[in-house]
Amino acid sequence: MTDVAALLPLFVAGPIVVAGALVALGTRAARAAQAVLVLVTAASTAGAVALVVSQLDGPVLAHGVGGWPGGVAIPFVADMFTALMLTVTGLLSVVCAWFAIASGEAATRSYSPLVLVLLGGVNGALLTGDLFNLFVFIEVMLLPSYGLLLMAAPGGATTRRLAGVRLYVLVNLLTSTIFLVGVGLIYGVTGTVNIAELAGAAQESTLVAAAAAVCLVALGIKAAVVPVHGWLARAYPSTSPSVTALFSGLHTKVAIYAIYRIYATIYDGDEAYLWVGLLVFSATMVVGVLGAVGERSTRSILAFHMVSQIGYILLGVALFGPLGLTAGIFYLLHHMIVKASLFLSTGAVEIRYGTRPLGQVTGIARTEPLVAVAFFAAALSLAGLPPFSGFVAKLSLVLAALDAGQVAVAATAVAVSLFTLLSMLKIWSGMFWGRPTTPGALEEAPAGMRLALARLAGDHREQATVLEAQRADTAPRRRIGVALLGPGLVLALVTLSLGLGGQLLLDLASTAAAGLLDTTGYVEAVLAP
Amino acid sequence: MTLALTVGVLVAGAVYLMMQRGLVRVVLGFVLVAHAANLTLMAAGGTDRRGEPLGQQPDPATTADALPQAFVLTAIVIAFAITIYLLVLAAAGREDDDTDGPTGGDMGGTDVGPHLGEVSTVGAGTSRGAADAEDPHEGEDPDEEMRHRDDVTGVPS
Repeated sequence: MTDVAALLPLFVAGPIVVAGALVALGTRAARAAQAVLVLVTAASTAGAVALVVSQLDGPVLAHGVGGWPGGVAIPFVADMFTALMLTVTGLLSVVCAWFAIASGEAATRSYSPLVLVLLGGVNGALLTGDLFNLFVFIEVMLLPSYGLLLMAAPGGATTRRLAGVRLYVLVNLLTSTIFLVGVGLIYGVTGTVNIAELAGAAQESTLVAAAAAVCLVALGIKAAVVPVHGWLARAYPSTSPSVTALFSGLHTKVAIYAIYRIYATIYDGDEAYLWVGLLVFSATMVVGVLGAVGERSTRSILAFHMVSQIGYILLGVALFGPLGLTAGIFYLLHHMIVKASLFLSTGAVEIRYGTRPLGQVTGIARTEPLVAVAFFAAALSLAGLPPFSGFVAKLSLVLAALDAGQVAVAATAVAVSLFTLLSMLKIWSGMFWGRPTTPGALEEAPAGMRLALARLAGDHREQATVLEAQRADTAPRRRIGVALLGPGLVLALVTLSLGLGGQLLLDLASTAAAGLLDTTGYVEAVLAP
Repeated sequence: MTLALTVGVLVAGAVYLMMQRGLVRVVLGFVLVAHAANLTLMAAGGTDRRGEPLGQQPDPATTADALPQAFVLTAIVIAFAITIYLLVLAAAGREDDDTDGPTGGDMGGTDVGPHLGEVSTVGAGTSRGAADAEDPHEGEDPDEEMRHRDDVTGVPS
């Protein structure tokens, strides 16, 4: 098996090397770059699926880079949890790349390389078995993100956009520094940063527990846990829909993955601190959903909503046990898919009809029925209604909470679902329901006057909008093509099939949870010579 | 002990700078806090009981630990890259930085301000106030560039 494990670093090296080649080729490979982007992300997904298959009954795969003995080498480890995360990460990258190509965003020269480096960083953060390398890979993932945020931001609102980027960079830099200090403290106490060597160390020594807690707090900020969630809802809407979808699927989720891994391995699921998690994550659920009610545009509602959902996902680790972890892992995978689907469906509308406050573009359900279906399915799934995967995820989580005797937490989870539905209905009635907006009625001023004004102001985007609106007056009303609505629809179908065939993913999640509960397989694989 | 005190002083300075409104000062605060983190990592290598790594017969128990030094080297490179990016952000979007006070010229009142203004603006010799006066002309470039780039992507709004 060690031969197969030696391929693990390819998940990181592949995308990054290809990205380098694309940058070197520059404009000569502009067309090819988009194809290469899809190809590499698809290859990463295929590799991850193969990993899932190998983890069904095989041992945990671990590879020490450079062939150094265990404990000295920098390890890459893949168990079922890692493999599942890699699969969904790959799937989201493929779908978001598709959306970006359809929306024309991927035609920008640096888009493909940046997304590939991002994918490499995320894969590395998921695979690494070393705390310091986790820090490095999170940075590898963040640096292209900073570029993507700025590059892909919608034009016009320059101030808001840059404010969002600044906030995002500053918060992440501070958080990474805190994480680095935590890693330093752990090294100072134990003399190692290898997660497998640290297994159970926090339960034996409170010094290690305190040091690892610094890391957990940093990861908590990255995951946008209340009370340190404010940055997410402000930073995410200030970029383009495909980038928001990509970030929502990958960034916070890497932090959540690391929290699961660190608590399960270094703390060995220590029951002494679980109450902190229950308290904080319940607050996250409630504050997130209430915050979303007060937002005014689709993407800021969805972004604030993520905070609430992150509370649900992390509840799994606070209910540490076979049921809780299975439910948490299932929820994590379900959420990555559904959230991206929602961002992409509403993003398709935003790209064709413009970014406007909720209620100004209406009647999408009549003009774009397929987009409406995709949004509706994903929204119901997010709220936790059958037959979608959200129902399976929420039901198993509530059952796990009841099983652990946490009735209040279970009640909170159910109540928050109702508010989730409320926000989804708000988007539905504000964007999809009602009479279709005729392009001329969007603004009071006649199109000709707007065009003249835009020409005077040199605003190319406005000109394009007006010209397109004029064209649309005569053209058929349906403006979102199959290529653009496809990504959201595909992900909505995935959540439907995961709801109907939920047992398959539940089994896989329960295997992953078993790997977190009993870490001996993980530790032995890493430390074996 | 020296290291611990230095880390404390650095963090105190960093927190003070981060509480300021101008982005350049905040960035300097981040430079300080990155140094504090690096010194913490160095201290984690056991600087109190270990000496220099050189000599005729170095004893592994008393020579400096190489691993934290490697950590610090990596961390410095990463922090440096992000700091540069932040400074670019500060310079590129200076005119629409809504974190600056309504009277931007007042920011340079204390000793650090004017020098920072120069770093992020036109060049040495220009006072912050003069730089602000030039804003309308300067401000066009990044904005225009952005719009142009949006056109290239062909995304209609």
